[in-house]
Amino acid sequence: MKKIKEKHSLAMRWFHWVNFPLLTIMIWSGMLIYWADDEYSFTVFGHTFFRFFPDWFYKLFNIPQRLAEGMAFHFLFMWFFAINGILYFFYTWFSGSWRELVPNKHSFKEAWQVLLHDLHLRKTAPPQGKYNAAQRVTYSAIIVMGLGSLLTGLAIYKPAQLNVLCNLLGGYHAARIEHFVLTIGYVLFFVVHVTQVVLAGWNNFSSVITGFELEEKQ
Amino acid sequence: MQSEKNKEQEKGNLTEGQKIRRRTFISFFSFIALNSAAYSGWRWLYKKAPEEAAGITAGAKKPLRRALNKTELAFRKIFSPNHFAKTYPKSSAAKKVRVNGDIGLGKPVDTANWKLKVVKTPGEVLQVSLEELKALPKTEIIFDFKCVEGWDQIQHWAGVKLMDFIRHYHLEEQAKMEYAGLVTPDKEYYVGIDMPSFLHPQTILAYEMNDQPLRPEHGAPVRLIIPVKYGIKNLKNIASISFSNNRPPDYWAEQGYDYYSGL
Repeated sequence: MKKIKEKHSLAMRWFHWVNFPLLTIMIWSGMLIYWADDEYSFTVFGHTFFRFFPDWFYKLFNIPQRLAEGMAFHFLFMWFFAINGILYFFYTWFSGSWRELVPNKHSFKEAWQVLLHDLHLRKTAPPQGKYNAAQRVTYSAIIVMGLGSLLTGLAIYKPAQLNVLCNLLGGYHAARIEHFVLTIGYVLFFVVHVTQVVLAGWNNFSSVITGFELEEKQ
Repeated sequence: MQSEKNKEQEKGNLTEGQKIRRRTFISFFSFIALNSAAYSGWRWLYKKAPEEAAGITAGAKKPLRRALNKTELAFRKIFSPNHFAKTYPKSSAAKKVRVNGDIGLGKPVDTANWKLKVVKTPGEVLQVSLEELKALPKTEIIFDFKCVEGWDQIQHWAGVKLMDFIRHYHLEEQAKMEYAGLVTPDKEYYVGIDMPSFLHPQTILAYEMNDQPLRPEHGAPVRLIIPVKYGIKNLKNIASISFSNNRPPDYWAEQGYDYYSGL
């Protein structure tokens, strides 16, 4: 006999699934903008490992020559992205669900154990609540990154009017790089996140839609 | 087990199995319905939404243009003439200053006979020579020039502060209007600038770059340097300035870019 075990609140599911397409649109329109001055690369000791982005990549996603369009989309959807993120933050705060999310003093050590466990290098995983230590660290980091995108975005959007913010972030040039690096961070997060969701299986995935997991009745 | 189920049903309560099925169905149905709605909305915006009617602005989809204009109004609320673009020491300024556009620079300018035309009223045009302009107090600015494409470069410009120019030529009445419009001699390039940005203390009519007279590719003899705007608004080779309560024509706003383009 299966039994309902409540897991994710409706609000949390809403914020998650609204954020996903919004962030996708922000990244896509951001690339339409970035293309117009695509000077970043991954270079260590003078050796360039990767240039953002190769021509085949631009062609694949139909990115070239769309700066104005990219800006128009970016500056519309930024509102929804920001509002959704801010509402999520306050919901998490006032509902108290931040307690299940924010890393505690054991989380960073335990996150390492979770990583070793997930890589099959360790037999046992540390005990966990709703989220394991690695999830606590990454899911909290992604919220901080969201705030980072908002602030670096504002700094490069209005560097004169918000010059204090822009200076705090190291100036216009640095803020644009930070904004870009955060975006690469989301893409890397996405790859790991989706892999983990696939590995965790259907019961876990469907709980982000239904709100509950099924467990065997004792 | 069976008896427990019957008992539950007699009381009018759902069994755990029914609850699971019901909640799963409602959740997935809502999830798919909301996703379909969102996807249709996106398809409409991306594929079907009409282009704006070509006018002062053009080249953007109607809802996106509306959003740009609304966003302009929101961010105009934080605009202040006391918010400055960061300035730098002279040593930071680039020696090789980037040139990014030559639209409107077709006709070579005879600097000796050049006059800046300021349209005070439709019938009254003030003409200012380069010498007269240079006789006014000189303002230098070393700031991070920002192109709409994304690059930036610290550059050193000098010229007449717009506010000094307005005061000297008694253009206070004109400065009460909403916008200024600037045009190149061949009328190929033109910009419209909202008055608060135009009158910002860092806005100058520049005639020098790196302590040298402007070269033609940088907009000789006089160009606009307006640090609170992207480079696209920093019109080179100014032929005339006019004032209006409506948005003057703007080259890039006709190509789908934001009219305001403020920083």
